[in-house]
Amino acid sequence: MCIIEIKNLSFSYQKQKVLEKINLCVEEGDFLAIIGPNGGGKSTLLKLILGINPVKEGSIKIFGEKPHKNLQKIGYVPQNTNVNTDFPIKVIEVVLMGHIGTKRPLFGYAEEEKRCALGALAQVGMEKFANEKIGSLSGGQRQRVMIARALCAHPKVLILDEPTASIDVDGQKQIYELLKELNSYITIIVVSHDLSFIMQYASTVVHINKTLSFHGLTQESFAKNSINQCTNKFCEVNLFQNLKTTQGDSDA
Amino acid sequence: MLEALSYDFVQNALMAGLLVSIASGIIGSLIVVNRMVFLAGGIAHTAYGGIGVAVFFGLPMFLGASLFAVLSALIIASITLKERERMDTFIGLMWAVGMALGVVLIDLTPGYQADFMSYLFGSILAVSSSDLWFMGGLLVVILFIMTFWYRDILAVSYDSEYANLRGINVPFFYTLILVLSALTVVVAIKVVGLILVIALLTIPVYIAEKLSNTLYVMMILSGIFSSIFTLIGLWFSYEYEIASGASIILVSAITLFLFLGLSRILGRIN
Repeated sequence: MCIIEIKNLSFSYQKQKVLEKINLCVEEGDFLAIIGPNGGGKSTLLKLILGINPVKEGSIKIFGEKPHKNLQKIGYVPQNTNVNTDFPIKVIEVVLMGHIGTKRPLFGYAEEEKRCALGALAQVGMEKFANEKIGSLSGGQRQRVMIARALCAHPKVLILDEPTASIDVDGQKQIYELLKELNSYITIIVVSHDLSFIMQYASTVVHINKTLSFHGLTQESFAKNSINQCTNKFCEVNLFQNLKTTQGDSDA
Repeated sequence: MLEALSYDFVQNALMAGLLVSIASGIIGSLIVVNRMVFLAGGIAHTAYGGIGVAVFFGLPMFLGASLFAVLSALIIASITLKERERMDTFIGLMWAVGMALGVVLIDLTPGYQADFMSYLFGSILAVSSSDLWFMGGLLVVILFIMTFWYRDILAVSYDSEYANLRGINVPFFYTLILVLSALTVVVAIKVVGLILVIALLTIPVYIAEKLSNTLYVMMILSGIFSSIFTLIGLWFSYEYEIASGASIILVSAITLFLFLGLSRILGRIN
C-alpha cells in the first residue's frame, strides 16, 4: 500500500513547467532518495507533498487523504539549517517548535511536551546540548537538532531536504547512520546530492528533472554490483550505470 | 536632583521613561531578531505624517500618530508577505512621503509654529498623565500577548517556514509583530523622538542579545538596560540642561562602545 501516492502530478511556476506527469508510490518503511539537477523540481515536489504549494494538476494522497490533512504524520527537516544562527534560542526550544497544536497549555510548554522534546533529542544523541544556544553547535549537530524537531511530533514519514549539505564527511556519515536507525520504524524521504551515501543507505532512488525519469533501484542491485567496496568517484559512475539499467523497470 | 523629583513633570518623565523602556526592550528584541530594523525606521518616519494630520485637525498627537503608524505597519506587512524583493523600495517611499506629508500639514496649520523639534528629538519632559495611560495600556497589551503567544511568536521569528508547517498562522503573527512595533515606535517618539527611536529600539537590544541564550531573557535584559540608560540620560539632561532624547541615546551608545571594547579585551584574554 502506498502511504504517499502521487498520480500524474504536474506543476508550473507562472508559465514554466517544473514538474510533469510525476507518478510515485512511497511505501511504508521505504528509504527513498530523490536525486536530480538543481532546478530540476526536487524542492518543488517536497513543497507539494508538504502542502506549502497547492496541487493544481494531478493528485497527491498522503495516507489516502489530501496533503494538508495529514501534516502531523509528516516530519520535515528543511534545507538551510545554517541560517539565523545568531538567534537567541536554546536547542530545546527549537525542538519544542516541532509540536503541533495539540493539548497546548495556556502559556509556555507542557511538562509532557518538554519530556517528549528531550526524548527526541536523546534519539539523535543530542540530549546533553538541550540548554545550549543553537548558534554554538556545529553544522552536523544543528542538523541532528532539526531532525529531533521533526521527530517531536511522532511522524510516520520523515522528509529531509539536502540534510548533509555543508556538513563535513564524518558528520554526513553520522547523519545517514542516524537515518538508517530511524528507518526501522519511520519511512524516510531524502533529497540529496551525496550519491555515495545514497547508494549505501537508500532502498529506492528516483531521479527528477521535470519528469521522474527512472526509479526502482533496490538494495539488491547495489549489492550485486558490490558498490560498497568502491571509491566514492567510481561509485557515482557505477550508480548511474545502475540507474540506467533499471530504467526499463520504472513502470513495473 | 532630589528636589526635582517633587515636580509632577519630572515624575511623569521618569514614569514614561520606564514604561517606554520596558516596551521597547521587548519589541526592540523582536524587531532585531526578525531583522526588521529598517521596517521600524520606515514606520517611525511615516508616523510623522500622522503627527501632521493630528496637528492639522486638532486631534491628540498619539491618536493621529498611532493610526498612521498602524496603517503603515499593515501596508508594510502586506507588501513584505507578498513581494519580499521590492520591500526596501516601498519602505523608502513610505518613509519619505510620511515625513513630507507631516511637514506640509504642520506648515499649513494656522498659527502653529515650532514644536517641530520636539517630535524629531522627543519631549519626555512634556509627558501628560493621559500620555502615561496610553503608554501603560500599550505595555499591558504587549505583556499579555507575550505571555500567551510567546511560543508562536518565537516560532514565527526563528523559522517562519517551519512554523507555517506546524499550523501556526504566520501572516497573522508577522503582522502582529509589526503593529506592536508601530505602537511602540509612537510612544518612543515621545521619549527620544522619531529620529532617535531606532537607537532606543536597537542599542540596548544589541547588548542584551550578546548576553542571552534565549529570546525572553533577551527581552528582559533589553528592558533593564533600556531603563538604566533612560534614567541616566534623563539625569544628565536635567543636570546639564541638554536635550533628553539625545542624552539618552548618547548614554546608550557610550555604554555599547564600552561593552564592545570590554568584550573584545576579555575575548583576547581568554
